Amino acid sequence: MQNYLEFEKPLAEIEGKAEELRAMARTSEETDVSKEAEALDRKAADMLRDLYKDLSPWRKCQVARHPDRPHCKDYIDALFTEYTPLAGDRNFADDHAVMGGLARLGDRPVMVIGHEKGHDTKTRIERNFGMARPEGYRKAIRLMDLAQRFKLPVVTLVDTPGAYPGKGAEERGQSEAIARSTQKCLQLGVPLVTVIIGEGGSGGAVAFATANRVAMLEHSVYSVISPEGCASILWKDADKMREAAEALRLTAQDLAKLGVADRVIPEPLGGAQRDRHATVAAVGKALAEMIVELEKKTPEQLVDDRRKKFLDLGSKGLAA
Amino acid sequence: MNWISNYVRPRINSLFSRREMPENLWSKCEGCGTMLFHRELTDNLHVCSNCSHHMPISPRKRFHALFDGGVFAEVPVPAPNADPLHFRDQKKYPDRMRAAQKATGEKEAMLVAEGEIGRTPIVAAAQDFSFMGGSMGMYVGNAIIAAAQRAVKLKRPLILFSAAGGARMQEGILSLMQMPRTTVAVEMLREADLPYIVVLTHPTTGGVTASYAMLGDVHIAEPGALICFAGPRVIEQTIREKLPEGFQRAEYLLDHGMLDRVTDRRALRDELISITRMLLGEPPAVSGDLPKPEAPAAEAPKADAKERKPKPQPDKSAEP
Ligand SMILES: [Zn+2]
Repeated sequence: MQNYLEFEKPLAEIEGKAEELRAMARTSEETDVSKEAEALDRKAADMLRDLYKDLSPWRKCQVARHPDRPHCKDYIDALFTEYTPLAGDRNFADDHAVMGGLARLGDRPVMVIGHEKGHDTKTRIERNFGMARPEGYRKAIRLMDLAQRFKLPVVTLVDTPGAYPGKGAEERGQSEAIARSTQKCLQLGVPLVTVIIGEGGSGGAVAFATANRVAMLEHSVYSVISPEGCASILWKDADKMREAAEALRLTAQDLAKLGVADRVIPEPLGGAQRDRHATVAAVGKALAEMIVELEKKTPEQLVDDRRKKFLDLGSKGLAA
Repeated sequence: MNWISNYVRPRINSLFSRREMPENLWSKCEGCGTMLFHRELTDNLHVCSNCSHHMPISPRKRFHALFDGGVFAEVPVPAPNADPLHFRDQKKYPDRMRAAQKATGEKEAMLVAEGEIGRTPIVAAAQDFSFMGGSMGMYVGNAIIAAAQRAVKLKRPLILFSAAGGARMQEGILSLMQMPRTTVAVEMLREADLPYIVVLTHPTTGGVTASYAMLGDVHIAEPGALICFAGPRVIEQTIREKLPEGFQRAEYLLDHGMLDRVTDRRALRDELISITRMLLGEPPAVSGDLPKPEAPAAEAPKADAKERKPKPQPDKSAEP
């Protein structure tokens, strides 16, 4: 059962009809509706292509948040072996919005860290919808330290609406935790590669994505604020999220032009949720390529490379 | 689990009079009351086959199950000054020592060994709760330092199994001084970039948790293990409140960020192999039996790519 986004409604109708026809054909032998069904399929395929040819930034936000998109756990399960989750900040709690641990990409041991949003009501609550608390960032810092000590590349998978805006999180130093995590990213003498797999929500994303290489999936977004939040502040109207999404330049394509994203990983037609296997495989390939490229560098070069990348950011406008 | 273990075994048991009951054949699970046959218990690493309750296991038995083919060599521990305070409570300290030695067949409360797990050379140390509550005195301190020095010399990871009521009161302030001494040992491993993995077993309390047991690169605990600084009884007496169920147990500590993992003893060996090999940047362990010595080089597993001495063969047949 396919979950359709708001703008995919017309597509849902056609695909639904085609499905109905095929179901009818299976039960009765007299009616031959295969031709009709095929025609509908073609129409649906055309519509899908048209819809996704030039997705507006707001639509991209919706695709990036699609519940059926592969999430961090899906990538870890599919791409890595011997995944051994490591938990806790050694201080207060284990934050389930952040998952991470030792794993192998191919035969290469790495440290993998990412935001996990959950896939149903129960797991979404458990994972706090991918919104990390200070403990999540402090766990990540600890795992990055471990990776540094044993010279393991670090892979981060970013998918968060943002850091959790809660009372306890503030009391325990949410901002300090994010700042330290970003700082840790910059200090690593091992390759650090990031893929924004869905939503890159503000500081909560930066804390993991201050990497040597940042790849973004074609329909992922990365932004200083959500379009809704931006609209309510600057437009004083939360319904202006389309305009805000447009203005924020949050798409992978714009971010590649700005130099924030180093590469864009193409998604299957109709978004990652339409072919999860192909998406996961494409991310795996990108990760391996980025790590292989960076492994040639010395620890000092890796730190310099990262610093330079971020110091230079902004020198490149969209027109370039 | 089944009616046989819950019903028939105690019945069989009741057929014997108390004195005639062969104590070495059956023991009762503290978790569920099932009578367990000793050989079955040994095969199951002293974990109840009915309720998975983890019973104490001696360091020697643990090492026998941990190391490849049960082969390990003891690492000598420098003997400390015996009874430095001429301590005497209801018994003389030397008398208590002799009683513990007689009861356990061991010299002291910690065993240090070197060998291979999954063909990965390691040094391991295990604390013996049955020896004066596993208490940390000068010998235990010396053992941990010897283990760390041996690990540094051989460039191997150290895996430490903790189990202790705390410091050994009979050695007074000198037992307390084992906290900084063992912390120096941990520092030696850190400076040599060697993995230090702590497996916290039931119970690990007092000064032991406040030093080497909480300073691991990776913390794994056995299910249900009590892990704390101040014990539940002390806390209850101090705050005059009943503590919640599960307080200070392994699972509680995992939730509160102090542990990376809680792992069933029966899965521990594989996990330790996996973690140490990843931290060392070694290829995955080769599962199954060792190849015959005359096996052609081309068929040798990848783990042999690195220079390695021939392994001692387990005494059982190498072929499946
Ligand atoms: Zn039991």
